[in-house]
Amino acid sequence: MKLAARIVSTLTLIFALAACGGREATTSTDGTAPAAADRKPLTIKGSDTMVILGQRLAEEYMVKNPGMVVQVNGGGSGTGIAALINGTVDLAQSSRPMKDDEKQKAAQSRGSAVVEQAVALDGLAVFVNTANPVQHLSMAQVKDIFQGKVTNWKEVGGPDAVIVLYGRENSSGTYDYFREHVLEKGDFSPRVQTLQGTAAVINAVGHDKNGIGYGGIAYAKDVRPLAISASGAPVAPSEATVADGTYPLSRKLFFYFPQNAPERVTKFAQWSLTPEAQALVTKVGYFPLNTTGGATTSTAAATDTTGSAMAGAATTAK
Amino acid sequence: MKRRHEEAFGRRERWRLRQNAAMTGLFSVAGWVAIVFIFLIFVFTFKETIPIFTDPEVKKEANIGKFFGEPADGPTLMDRYVWQPTSEVPKVSLWPIILGTLKATVVGLLFACPIGVAAALFSSEFAPPKLREVIKPVIELLAGIPSVVMGFFALIVLATWLQHTFGFTYRLNAINAGLALGFALVPIVYTISEDGLSAVPRSYREASYALGATRFQTAWTVVLPAAAPAVFASFVLAFGRAIGETMILLMAGGNAAITSFSLLDPLRTLSATIAAEMGEVVVGGAHYSALFFMGTLLFVITFISNTFGQWVINGMQRRMQGSAS
Repeated sequence: MKLAARIVSTLTLIFALAACGGREATTSTDGTAPAAADRKPLTIKGSDTMVILGQRLAEEYMVKNPGMVVQVNGGGSGTGIAALINGTVDLAQSSRPMKDDEKQKAAQSRGSAVVEQAVALDGLAVFVNTANPVQHLSMAQVKDIFQGKVTNWKEVGGPDAVIVLYGRENSSGTYDYFREHVLEKGDFSPRVQTLQGTAAVINAVGHDKNGIGYGGIAYAKDVRPLAISASGAPVAPSEATVADGTYPLSRKLFFYFPQNAPERVTKFAQWSLTPEAQALVTKVGYFPLNTTGGATTSTAAATDTTGSAMAGAATTAK
Repeated sequence: MKRRHEEAFGRRERWRLRQNAAMTGLFSVAGWVAIVFIFLIFVFTFKETIPIFTDPEVKKEANIGKFFGEPADGPTLMDRYVWQPTSEVPKVSLWPIILGTLKATVVGLLFACPIGVAAALFSSEFAPPKLREVIKPVIELLAGIPSVVMGFFALIVLATWLQHTFGFTYRLNAINAGLALGFALVPIVYTISEDGLSAVPRSYREASYALGATRFQTAWTVVLPAAAPAVFASFVLAFGRAIGETMILLMAGGNAAITSFSLLDPLRTLSATIAAEMGEVVVGGAHYSALFFMGTLLFVITFISNTFGQWVINGMQRRMQGSAS
């Protein structure tokens, strides 16, 4: 008898749960179906360097456009680009230009060319521990250090100690940028310890008196950015030197999205070039695209035509 | 009266049988689901590896020959065996990563096995029962610490302490990573060894004492050998955990794929490489397939070690039973 009662109660419970589940499912589809088209969140993924920037922009944008939901994720430029190609995000943030084959793959899978839009300028700094007496290095020295040809600080004017290299994992746009511009497409020394995110690199260099690392200037804290000399005198990274191009390691930060992207994507991308948004860029520690008051019209800064099949399409969707 | 009783009995009996059938069915479904999941995971991992053998475009960049041989040029091992899948000329030697995995695993096991077994011996043979009731749950609690917490501890505290104490050039190295891994392995070794030691029949100990052996002699020469299969099983399981552990080594190992036998160099493991790079790869590309190849490799290594471990344990148990009877 007891057993029967138990079974009955169990069954009741199961049915009750099933009923609840069913009702929940139906209401949710009913409730959201009509709004789903324009209320879909805008998903952004990519460069760890740009996460903070993307989040600030998203916050401001959501305040300005009630009802809009913008989700920003990091993971590295390569991760964002892969996600754009695989169709899992609306917009990829990247601290390096997309490669041609990536653009082709994205165009194939998304059904239209990819729009490249620069949103900010960033100075890439080379950091050392604050206890390190070295004040500046030439590009060639930085290259030799990160390729493992120079392994002791005394070879570049420092103390007699092994140089401990810190860098980013290979999904990072910073990694790619550094390899292309500093190592001139050569390989990093295998001794480079790859860490997840610039903040981790800064933290490691801050704890390691023989450490050296690289990353976006906005992250510099408790470490010393070195002055870098390309051909002439060493130049320290600052807003002025990055903006006027005298600091040799400055780069553009990009948004990528398919040309046929829905309005929520193109509108956000367009808004990111307004003076209002560019002011946020400065606040986060990067440099606005156009020092004379920001890009006023979206056409002005639209596409950095580094090549290949992309139209100046940041503006096509009004 | 009697008939009613029999009827009631029959009803109950039918219920019992039906319940039996239902529950048996439920349990076997659950069992099969687990097996099917493992099988599907293996099939998926292996399927993504196949392009390495078949797809000509993938094969150009990543193939078995490049994984295990065909080193790049260079004066030292470090220059010749390189993992740099995204450079202009992709280099996909797995040796630095396999070496890193082994270094971390060996240091971790060398740390965890003696400590785990000694702790198990202490709590099963020497500790007063009350103390034992405290030690066991506390050590087992260690197993519940998320590995990301362990990794963070190793990254921030342990690495700094080791560097200050021993003056290591590299903060994050095989010793740091191995020790952190060891902390995660101790509870595995301890729990299983302890269960094995406690299961040794009391008559063994009594016989030993009767022959005049001390407590230490009894524990070391009678109880420990008798529990050898369990102790060995704990090592095998710890090895499996060590090979597959990701987060601790990702955080504490320094992540530099160096072909070096030195324990003072940073290291990078198979699982950490998959975790760090999987997010970035284009699905279906050479790099993607290479990472899945690593996954398959990990799968095969744990499969072999578990099978081998089981085989050795079975042999030991047979010998034990043989000598006991």
